[in-house]
Amino acid sequence: MAFVEAPFQSKTMDSMVPDWLSAEHSTGTSIMACEFEGGVVIGADSRTTTGAYIANRVTDKLTKVTDHIYCCRSGSAADTQAISDIVSYHLAFHQMELGEPPLVETSANVFRELCYNYRDSLMAGILVAGWDRRKGGQVYSIPLGGMCVRQPIAIGGSGSSYVYGYVDAHYKPNMTKDQTIELVSNTLSLAMSRDGSSGGVVRLGVITKEGVERRVILGNKLPQFYEG
Amino acid sequence: MSSIGTGYDLSASQFSPDGRVFQVEYAQKAVENSGTVIGLRGKDGVVFAVEKLVTSKLYEPGANKRLFNIDNHVGMAVSGLSSDARQIAETARTEAASYRAQYGIGIPLKYLNDRVSMYMHAYTLYSAVRPYGCSVIIGAYEADGPVMYMIDPSGVSYGYYGCAIGKAKQSAKTEIEKLKLADMSCKDLIREAARIIYLLHDELKDKQFELEMSWVGNHTNGRHERVPFEIKAEAETKARQAMDEDSDSDTEDM
Repeated sequence: MAFVEAPFQSKTMDSMVPDWLSAEHSTGTSIMACEFEGGVVIGADSRTTTGAYIANRVTDKLTKVTDHIYCCRSGSAADTQAISDIVSYHLAFHQMELGEPPLVETSANVFRELCYNYRDSLMAGILVAGWDRRKGGQVYSIPLGGMCVRQPIAIGGSGSSYVYGYVDAHYKPNMTKDQTIELVSNTLSLAMSRDGSSGGVVRLGVITKEGVERRVILGNKLPQFYEG
Repeated sequence: MSSIGTGYDLSASQFSPDGRVFQVEYAQKAVENSGTVIGLRGKDGVVFAVEKLVTSKLYEPGANKRLFNIDNHVGMAVSGLSSDARQIAETARTEAASYRAQYGIGIPLKYLNDRVSMYMHAYTLYSAVRPYGCSVIIGAYEADGPVMYMIDPSGVSYGYYGCAIGKAKQSAKTEIEKLKLADMSCKDLIREAARIIYLLHDELKDKQFELEMSWVGNHTNGRHERVPFEIKAEAETKARQAMDEDSDSDTEDM
């Protein structure tokens, strides 16, 4: 009898427990990065959820790796934080050995190495973006399986599925810095309004030779679109 | 090095009272008995030239090469015990391959130089091992231009515009110093390198030699390659002509 009852009991118990007590923190996310002449623009929403509960509405998913390289994190908050910490350590060490700042390409490959080798235990979709002396502004996308590919523009996270068409329609090669910032903030606003697990504010970063310029667009200042 | 070790030369792990490590100095001597090797760094690449002494007529040509590919973009020229040198080349290759696997790009020469120097230096520290009896020159053509380093058995290394190791390194250096390396292209360097090797070859002591040449530069797309046969043959002919003219003028002076 106990054999039959046990699953029944546990089922009722489960429904009594709110999911945010047991579920993992995840950055159900909208992230984006885009190259322009002289640099890159990166952007992200600010929502971190534990199941349906918003654990943090002002998260910073744009994480510094080196002075000129950032990553946009999506997936498990714990996994992606750990990965970016490890990569920062490796690159800081590498910078000391080389006596010059690491390349964005190098950085993306270190991310890939970790994401691929531990692909079975990680939940991480990362965009690596930055500027270096060799190739200027660059964006590398490292999705779930641990692939690494350079793209002029990349989107990621759960919100990205809603805006692929928008990005395809509005991306033009050789955009200026301001055009790129506009495209990123529009795309992210659209993704955030459709995706339940994205929202809050839009955080932006512009990485050029000079370094990083951070911006934030508050929730009531986001560009408005038709919401049918 | 006129003095003898007087008991302080048996181990690489012991200093002599006047602060020298004799085993390392002996290893440097081993290099000085080997054929001359020069490396020239011009404006658009690096050129290596090796005087490979052939000690028997029974050897087939091209055996026991002294120029190595370390990675696509890195070349190495060696002087000294060639079996020791092959081991250094192998270490450098492993190092270059692991860098490529980890970081997805070719190893920067500066970094490779640090690693190989450290490796060679480690063999000057312990009594159970002997130092490597070879010096190596490594060169590459990178985004910022050509680079070249020379590492000696002590593990010391410097970056160079032009360098020479082996038997006739002193006279080779005097010849190299006459060149305006910074303005020269690989095509010019090949000719000069061949000329210097031919000029310094001592026909009385070492009868036969084979000239080995390789380069890495803009024209090879940053890849380290052996100099094509025709270009090398042309440089060798020119080198012989220069020698003949030189000896003619010598007799006139007398």
